[in-house]
Amino acid sequence: MKIVLNGDSQSVRAATVLDALDELGFGGATVATALNGAFVPAGARAATMLAEGDHLEVVAPMQGG
Amino acid sequence: MALFYGQELSSPLMLGTALYPSPAIMVEAFRASGAGVATVSLRRESGAGRSGQAFWSIVREMGIPVLPNTAGCHTVKEAVTTARMARELFGTRWIKLEVIGHTDTLQPDVFGLVEAAGILCDEGFEVFPYTTEDLIVGERLLDAGCKVLMPWGAPIGSGLGLNNLQGLRTMRAQFPDVPLVIDAGIGLPSHAAQAMEIGFDAVLLNTAVAKAGDPVAMARAFGLAVAAGRAAHIADPMEPSDMASPSTPLIGKAFLE
Repeated sequence: MKIVLNGDSQSVRAATVLDALDELGFGGATVATALNGAFVPAGARAATMLAEGDHLEVVAPMQGG
Repeated sequence: MALFYGQELSSPLMLGTALYPSPAIMVEAFRASGAGVATVSLRRESGAGRSGQAFWSIVREMGIPVLPNTAGCHTVKEAVTTARMARELFGTRWIKLEVIGHTDTLQPDVFGLVEAAGILCDEGFEVFPYTTEDLIVGERLLDAGCKVLMPWGAPIGSGLGLNNLQGLRTMRAQFPDVPLVIDAGIGLPSHAAQAMEIGFDAVLLNTAVAKAGDPVAMARAFGLAVAAGRAAHIADPMEPSDMASPSTPLIGKAFLE
């Protein structure tokens, strides 16, 4: 299915947020996730299903002031 | 020294991690400054690049408490969601809460700020709100559960110093027991020293160090400035006067007419 990953269109086979992270190369990375604007805690990724057109945000620590 | 949500800082200097010429210079600047807190942010990560992972590894190695921010958020929803992600990402309840109201000045939207602070405090966050020197907004933030206030000195990144010195003095007097931090606008070590001299508990800055010609030397200067300003505040400065007052005794002066 097609989702929007960090603003860009992306095809994924995964059905859950957790599997999508693995598929997209985030396995083992320190990241936080939000689906359609709502925070998805790490513990809820396996049970959070993806649907066509979903917006998935994957963020990591960055420089800030 | 003031406690920030129960935590004592090793230095009243809170230093940002952005805009340095290189990660190595950033690390060296932190070491030279003796900063007690490192501010950080969170941004989109790429599965291929993973740049955030390398940055996080460097920051963790510095061994300084981190204060994640919600920089760039213009709505309550954005700021709250960002804070929730930051708590999980950085493993801290601390959040530097920014709800930006104006693009050019980066002035906080204080109405959204109070609303977001209330939500986050109820969820157990320890909120460091980026606010103005407005006393009523300060009261509302404390009512919402904040135990620290962070008024701006001047617009973020402007380096103008303490634009409203009297307003900041009044804020200090109004909230004598609340840890107060000058956040934003500091351009020179003298600005940081001034903030500490008038009784602020810490200063938060980034650009003034990172964009200096020699960030490491400037970081060292800021470390010295906050220490000097704090020592001066504790030493109870003299009251200014409009008129001159001789410091050398007149009694005993030789008569030479």
